[in-house]
Amino acid sequence: MQHKSLIYDGTFEGFLSCVFYVFEYKLSDVTIQNEFVNQNELFADTETILTDKQKSNRVWKGLKQKASTLTSTKIYYAFLSEQPKVENVLLDYIQYIFKSSEKVDTDFTQPSVLKTSQIAKNVSREKHRMEAFVRFKLTKDNIYFANIEPNFNVLPLIARHFKSRYADQKWIIYDIRRNYGLFYDLLKLDFIDLDFPDNFDFSKTSSDFFSEQEFDFQKLWKDYFDSTNIKERKNMKLHVRHVPKRYWKYLSEKQPNL
Amino acid sequence: MSFERTLEKLKILADAAKYDVSCSSSGSKRTNTNKGLGDSTGMGICHSYTEDGRCVSLLKILLTNHCIFDCAYCVTRKSNDVKRAAFKVQEVVDLTINFYRRNYIEGLFLSSGIFKSADYTMERLVAVAKKLRLEENFNGYIHLKSIPGASDELMREAGLYADRLSVNIEIPTKSGLKLLAPDKNFDDFIKPMEKVKNEIIQYKSEKKIIKSTPKYAPAGQSTQMIVGASGENDFQILKTAEHYYKNYNLKRVYYSGYVPISYDDRLPSIGSEVPMLRENRLYQSDWLTRFYGFQTNEIVNLNHQQLDLDIDPKLSWALRNLHEFPVDVNKADKRMLARIPGVGMKSVTKILMARKYRRLNWDHLKKIGIAFNRAQYFLVCDSNLFERRDLPAEKIKANILRNSNSKYDKLLSPQLNLFS
Ligand code: SF4
Repeated sequence: MQHKSLIYDGTFEGFLSCVFYVFEYKLSDVTIQNEFVNQNELFADTETILTDKQKSNRVWKGLKQKASTLTSTKIYYAFLSEQPKVENVLLDYIQYIFKSSEKVDTDFTQPSVLKTSQIAKNVSREKHRMEAFVRFKLTKDNIYFANIEPNFNVLPLIARHFKSRYADQKWIIYDIRRNYGLFYDLLKLDFIDLDFPDNFDFSKTSSDFFSEQEFDFQKLWKDYFDSTNIKERKNMKLHVRHVPKRYWKYLSEKQPNL
Repeated sequence: MSFERTLEKLKILADAAKYDVSCSSSGSKRTNTNKGLGDSTGMGICHSYTEDGRCVSLLKILLTNHCIFDCAYCVTRKSNDVKRAAFKVQEVVDLTINFYRRNYIEGLFLSSGIFKSADYTMERLVAVAKKLRLEENFNGYIHLKSIPGASDELMREAGLYADRLSVNIEIPTKSGLKLLAPDKNFDDFIKPMEKVKNEIIQYKSEKKIIKSTPKYAPAGQSTQMIVGASGENDFQILKTAEHYYKNYNLKRVYYSGYVPISYDDRLPSIGSEVPMLRENRLYQSDWLTRFYGFQTNEIVNLNHQQLDLDIDPKLSWALRNLHEFPVDVNKADKRMLARIPGVGMKSVTKILMARKYRRLNWDHLKKIGIAFNRAQYFLVCDSNLFERRDLPAEKIKANILRNSNSKYDKLLSPQLNLFS
């Protein structure tokens, strides 16, 4: 049979629709690709798969019956990694789950099981880091605003955490790499798109947009951060391992003195 | 709040509080049910790390660094010539709330020098916590330091608003304490600890009957010991820790390598090195007893009073007990798997799950993530590729040290880099 390439819209439902298609037509030699990173493989027979809620639900439900909740969570997490070819690792895993008669969730001797687990772990680590490193700044409109730039698409994963924590303040967390955000308006949580003014600098606090006392609290926080350091114990290697440099840009304590 | 003045106070009172190593904000369940601010769901979050690599998860400050006592190892001691400051109750509340709203912190860690009297000081610490909970509707984490000698009534109130209470033993032996903290009375530490323990026990039994019993210090109590200030060996330190874990139900004992801050000749002089590796080994040992099923006596005892600095305590135990090895990975129980050097608790779980499907060989084990360099001498599996040769302990140790990569001998954070 000829190699087939399935193109989908980048959503999780879209991916599951592809999985459905693979099962339906019993395809064996196949790659699944997000339309935004489509490589247009030479000689491949390409097919665009439309996202179908019903079909994707069936796959998801079936999966939940055959495997533990932890496994389906891992599959979702790994999917959000957006890593090249992750779709095919997940497809292998899902196929392995469906064809086995007993539960195989934890068969780490199987490459796709182990790989999914590892990718999911990386995503989970970034999720936790985002929960830690989001720095809200109070805007003139009384909304606590934060921008992030994660390697993986973790915004959907951190929503609940922030909603339960900041129930009494309005807030926005915006992913500037993927250009969408989360907005909590004291009642509900929504995904939003925003247009930023040309002079908006994501790493700075401009008085055009942010409240007067915002500067004070950033300064207090930065000074606090510096005062807690014990210089006799300095260990920058360890420091950078905990707070990788790619996050520094938006951490108020890492800004040069105001 | 006057910004400039607050800024200055914050610098002084954060600087003075930084030697307290407890930083954890975990272990409390205080969910946001009232649409208030904050949520503590049990998993602590480190929002940042200092340049020395320690987690920053709480606003850790002293209420004041005025103190009527003169403990030699403490920067806040009466005879030390430093700038003094004191926060007002409302200032601490404002800082906590504003830092929390910006997602800088998980909550507050509030300690204090003793001004006027133990009760006078404790009363103010309690006032901060009370205000945060009742007026600000704050559900974040609060850790209060119990002031030695504070009355039972105040300790009882403290536990109603705080998630964790702690009193620092600082010096593990009575004689050391007498020498370095002459104003302090050993029993003054024990009394608040005893009170908190009893309140927790009472809370647990009452809660079974009346569901709405107010929470009492849900994250329990902890303590801290200074390492390397007064000449104790690791056996004394770990035995003291064991005593407190057992008798006072402590959640955590922290070990803090002494940072020389004084010219007092009872103490290591300024400029002497902070015993960080030793501190790390103590944390590793503590970890072994809390999560790996080891008894303190197996790690240190009369014949082995000092932990090795060049190898971790689990490897050290294995080398002293070669008759327990090799362990058969495909048959051994959890307890023995956990005792193989180079195999962490996570790998143990994976091994137990994976071996249901097939017999495991070296390939599988490496993929699971065991540290081959250490583990190879202590286990057998479904490959004869690396048959264990009958090597004496010294030889094994030499081999491991020779082949260890930088990861193994680097100085790392006590709480994060443990085994495997
Ligand atoms: S009582 Fe506490 S604050 Fe005062 S000198 Fe002793 S250790 Fe320091």
